[in-house]
Amino acid sequence: MNSLPNDTILEVENLKMYFPVLRGLLRKKVADVKAVDDISFKVKRSETLGLVGETGCGKTTTGRCVLRLYRPTAGKILFEGKDITQLPEGKIRPFRRRMSLIFQDPYGSLDPRQSAGSIVGEPLKTHHMVSSNGEYQDRVEELFRTVGLDPSMTDRVPHEFSGGQRQRIGIGRALACNPSFIVCDEPISALDVSIQAQIINLLQELQEKLGLTYLFIAHDLSVVRHISNRLAVMYLGRIVEITDWKALYENPLHPYTKALLSAVPIPDPFVEEKRKRIILQGDVPSAVDPPTGCNFHPRCPIAIAECSQAVPPLRDIGGGHEVACIRV
Amino acid sequence: MSVLLNVNNLKTQFRTERGVVKAVDGVSYQVDEHEIVGLVGESGCGKSVSQLSVLQLIPDPPGKIVGGEVIFDGHDLLKFEANGAEMRSVRGGKIAMIFQEPMTSLNPVLTIGRQLTEMPELHFKMDHEAARERAIELLKLVGISDAADRISSYPHQFSGGMRQRVMIAMALSCNPKIIIADEPTTAVDVTTQAQLLELMADMVEKFNTSLVIVTHNLGVVARYANRIYVMYAGRIVESSTSKDIFGDPRHPYTIGLLKSVPRLDEPRGRKLVPIDGLPPNLIGMPPTCAFMPRCPYRVDKCKREPWPELRPVEGQHYISCYVDIRERQDELVTK
Repeated sequence: MNSLPNDTILEVENLKMYFPVLRGLLRKKVADVKAVDDISFKVKRSETLGLVGETGCGKTTTGRCVLRLYRPTAGKILFEGKDITQLPEGKIRPFRRRMSLIFQDPYGSLDPRQSAGSIVGEPLKTHHMVSSNGEYQDRVEELFRTVGLDPSMTDRVPHEFSGGQRQRIGIGRALACNPSFIVCDEPISALDVSIQAQIINLLQELQEKLGLTYLFIAHDLSVVRHISNRLAVMYLGRIVEITDWKALYENPLHPYTKALLSAVPIPDPFVEEKRKRIILQGDVPSAVDPPTGCNFHPRCPIAIAECSQAVPPLRDIGGGHEVACIRV
Repeated sequence: MSVLLNVNNLKTQFRTERGVVKAVDGVSYQVDEHEIVGLVGESGCGKSVSQLSVLQLIPDPPGKIVGGEVIFDGHDLLKFEANGAEMRSVRGGKIAMIFQEPMTSLNPVLTIGRQLTEMPELHFKMDHEAARERAIELLKLVGISDAADRISSYPHQFSGGMRQRVMIAMALSCNPKIIIADEPTTAVDVTTQAQLLELMADMVEKFNTSLVIVTHNLGVVARYANRIYVMYAGRIVESSTSKDIFGDPRHPYTIGLLKSVPRLDEPRGRKLVPIDGLPPNLIGMPPTCAFMPRCPYRVDKCKREPWPELRPVEGQHYISCYVDIRERQDELVTK
């Protein structure tokens, strides 16, 4: 069944996800929100691809398309070599076992009236992964231990847990069906600073132990750098730069990436003294009516007239460092 | 530089069904003229409550300021009636506040102009035309283009970053001596955060005011703050210049915080060191150091003695801890 080399677990080609804007009594479509607008990338097995960008750039939508929680408007998604882009609900189920999602909000993503044990164990039942009650109990307890929770707490409900523990429950649920690929959608941004490191470390340990592949969505560039092998930077629905973590941080090429990196505060006044910030002017434009050509050009410090003409394609400038800018 | 605001042993409590929450438990700090002060801590450490207490904005009940003094302009603000004329002339006028959520702190049904002119009209008895002129000028200053037109817009027509700019303009509208910014950049993106911080630092220069930035993000204050106070469980556990706090932290909690976050400029591959355990529940706390259960350096004395007072370790550097981290450098490296 493999049409791809074994080391690519996910391949996304020219993915587009438009959401219609409906108006009026007849709910006529008046425009599209171009949440994801023609992006392509690959994720290799056992690696972490970080997806960074600011609010509304389409990173969460990308994650959800990849899991087929949305049916993409156009493009192709190949998971373990199989095209899942347009599979109907019934046929997508077997794939859902192999891929899962960790949510941002450990408060909103757990049913407050369900016990922690049944939250973690629900996917086992949904996907008929266990044959007996005993097996179910064993597996739930094993999952609890895997994510660093005390198995004696399975009967408790989410509000009895702290934020960090709740996120562990969410991770346990994500691991229930032995997935190979997990989309982590801002998994730590709702947690206290002193707790974040616990979850980051846990995710890294699990990856090592279980050979997991992550698509790690976050806006905190320091965290993404810490955890990712490769990174894709998104701006207004498009990927503007994609490369390995080292090249991105040491040699960022796209003007947006540069601005983004320079805006990240470093907790060290000595370093900050010498750092120069690139302050971008204005706000991110609307995804309903994005600027023509390169959609970053109205805010770009090095834009020229040509930038507003055509969409710059992602091109490899050597060593797998791809950037979508005609000025580079 | 002279002291502008002197907060002494401030205590604020909330009565809840489960017991009394000592949200702020003896906090002392000062703000000098023309100074940027950072107040850092995790959620629930009392950093916001302490600031709301300074302006007597604590809802009573359930909250109550039970002790301490807030000396500003030669008066103890806590002696003023919360809704009396004296307090109102300070609140919004001499001490202004910028809140975290610009959408919830702006009134959605009033125009930006109406909200910007309200304070000068109240505090300075400015007539409406003059106040409007001033509002337009302020909007220009905080970087809103077409200010004369945008002044008739409503908050929902502005983006998050622009709303926060409006909040900054509003705070500046009465030429305050101190601006308290409570998590001013938490709800916005990192590039917008950079814009706003830069703007606030500019305004401190232009308006010759002082700024208190309340934040959970150590990085945010590193660049701008002159002095930093680190809070934990309702108290200040460490205070010093920004350079000391980041370059030579002495309190185990500060050290823990710094080691638990990845940095953009460090070599990669360092394993993050999380702080064990959880932030404490502030109800019925034992008299001992609240960080002790999570502290990797705790000694027997910590378990016996009450939470230590702030003590000077070097110059302006204060910590509330019995342990001398310096003597235990080896552990620091291995832990």
